[in-house]
Amino acid sequence: MNSNHNKSGLSTPLHYREGQGGGSATQYIELFAQCEAMISKHSAEVLNSLRAKAFEDFKRLGFSTRKDEDYKYTDVSKAFEPDYGLNLNRLDIPVNPYDVFKCDVPNMSTALYFVANDSFYNKALPKSNLPEGVLLGSLKELSESYPELVGKYYGKLAETSKDAVVALNTMLAQDGLLLYVPKGVVVEKPIQLVNILRADVNFMVNRRVLVILEDGARARLLMCDHAMDKVDFLATQVIEAYVGSGATLDFYELEENTTATRRFSYLNVYQEADSNVLVGGITLHNGLTRNTTRVTLAGQGAYINLSGMAIADKNQHVDNHTFIDHQVPDCTSRELYKYVLDDSATGAFAGKVLVREGAQHTASEQTNRNLCVTRQARMYTQPQLEIYADDVKCSHGATVGQLDENALFYMRQRGVSEQEARLLLMFAFVGDVVDNIRLDALRDRLHLLVEKRFRGEMGKCQGCTMCK
Amino acid sequence: MDKDSKDYKEQMQAEHSTPLHTGRGQGVGPMGPLLSIKDLHASINGKEILKGINLEVKPGEVHALMGQNGAGKSTLSNVLVGHPAYEVTKGSVTYNGKDLLAMSPEDRAHEGLFLSFQHPVEIPGVSMVNFMRAAVNEHRKYKGLPALTASEFLKLMREKRAIVELDGKLANRSVNEGFSGGEKKRNEIFQMAMLEPTFAILDETDSGLDVDALRIVAEGFNKLRTPETSAIVITHYQRLLDYLKPDIVHVLLDGRIVKTGGPDLAQEIEQRGFDWIKREVQTLP
Repeated sequence: MNSNHNKSGLSTPLHYREGQGGGSATQYIELFAQCEAMISKHSAEVLNSLRAKAFEDFKRLGFSTRKDEDYKYTDVSKAFEPDYGLNLNRLDIPVNPYDVFKCDVPNMSTALYFVANDSFYNKALPKSNLPEGVLLGSLKELSESYPELVGKYYGKLAETSKDAVVALNTMLAQDGLLLYVPKGVVVEKPIQLVNILRADVNFMVNRRVLVILEDGARARLLMCDHAMDKVDFLATQVIEAYVGSGATLDFYELEENTTATRRFSYLNVYQEADSNVLVGGITLHNGLTRNTTRVTLAGQGAYINLSGMAIADKNQHVDNHTFIDHQVPDCTSRELYKYVLDDSATGAFAGKVLVREGAQHTASEQTNRNLCVTRQARMYTQPQLEIYADDVKCSHGATVGQLDENALFYMRQRGVSEQEARLLLMFAFVGDVVDNIRLDALRDRLHLLVEKRFRGEMGKCQGCTMCK
Repeated sequence: MDKDSKDYKEQMQAEHSTPLHTGRGQGVGPMGPLLSIKDLHASINGKEILKGINLEVKPGEVHALMGQNGAGKSTLSNVLVGHPAYEVTKGSVTYNGKDLLAMSPEDRAHEGLFLSFQHPVEIPGVSMVNFMRAAVNEHRKYKGLPALTASEFLKLMREKRAIVELDGKLANRSVNEGFSGGEKKRNEIFQMAMLEPTFAILDETDSGLDVDALRIVAEGFNKLRTPETSAIVITHYQRLLDYLKPDIVHVLLDGRIVKTGGPDLAQEIEQRGFDWIKREVQTLP
């Protein structure tokens, strides 16, 4: 293990390579054992307080293999096997993202923030006109200023005892974003957080996001993932969102990474009575993506709209794993996931809806539709409904299909080229997911980005001057 | 025109020597056929449907194609526009002096061929506006013309919509999605108006239309016709032909054209059905 920095000044390489077949967890155990003091020194007490337990859980769990039902389609162990550098000493990213990043959603006036690798960038914060009482900024710093508030919520939803990647993230994460909106406060301006991956060597980042919306609060958060360099990236991300009674949260995630990026994201949403949450997860470009989304509907009248979409080609891999837990009566969940898979891309969707005993008048609708454009593309879909209440309205459906040949021909007869006709059909196919977005500027922009993606005009993100 | 099917051939020959049409030129001569089908055989899923079709359509002519279900009428129209499910096993089709069968479906469209589908496809999520803009601009590109601007295009849409009295709301919806049968057919003629084809095939465009809708569609078609526009009209009924006034009527039976005549042939079929033609064919040597 080497904790010196390489030339870029960013990296603490993991040099543990003693040929453990499938035991890629070992190098992280070694890393943590050796670097725990350094990790903690550059983080905050609230985050540090969970490391020891997370470490124990991680050692016990090890990485999942494909034998694990929850990871049937994504080999976690293999993704974590290579050697990645880490920035445990929290050295600054050598650029100002506000200078190099040009927003992909130009007509949207957002409060724009950056997490560069896994550090919140606060060198040149824009003047934010956020309402009084709202906290938005570095998780590390805010948890030093507000230890009680952060301590009350941090790590309470993302259980380290059940998932090795959550445990690893909790063990290693030093910073990220905190958004806190006090009771009854409405944040009008959408908040945009851009996660930048920037390194000269193969690199690993572990970041945390904590969102706390008190009763009646409202906020909209757009998170964009941009990998900027051609090195291999491995990103783990754990997001915890508490949504109080009557609160409304729109949470959008847009992934525009390189094919050499592996991303493991865990989103945990906890909803109180009459809360309204919209989650839109969009994978526009990626390498290997695994998104795990767990929603707990804990208060009556809670509503969740969970939608996602993935466009993948080459050897890209997108795996969405969702779990919606209807714990109480009168909650509604709507789930819509759509995939368009080209070339040899693989997609997986496993969605479970649990309706607990007594959760009467649950309305739940789950749809997963997929388009395999080539014969080589593969889609695995696994919808699951588990119902222990007798007065509910639940449905689920999954389809895997090809483009409608009759529609293709109809358009070609009108003079539309086959390529253009295919594009129009693929674009139409994901249109309803984009239409779910409640932010007009983002929705319009996404229509354009999706179209560009299908036209192959966007091999990578186009939002910044750093991408060449 | 008042032709009797008996001396129809002579009349046609007489007409040939007296150019009525200005013709499109382009290497086929003023009176050369726009479309020339020779001994066309075609099958679908290995089953032969067309068993030797011969047909010539000159610029400006409207031909009616009649025949019972399964005779091969829709197969012929699908083969002409290049539907990939059909396989041409023998014969040739020359269009405007070019080998039609060698062209992609989209290039056939660019060359002016248009099919009003018997069953127009619903395409959820693709708006009429986007669809038509793509189609019109690809036609223009083929002709070396610049793409229309958004406002030029919308103006064109409005103008053409009026011809078939298509509701503006329909034009803003997804292609054919949730359209009634009549609206779908009207939408076909609207698309024809947008693309201004030189050769239109109307495949049972009258089916599913009430009397008023039929009038709107047929009158719309007539408004769009130029002296050079040719058409093949597939129908079971005289009422559409009353509007379109075909020059020539063909009867298709079991994959072959077995009888050709003037407009009165359609009237005779309306009155007597097809059985007498079948008997006539059977008695042939």
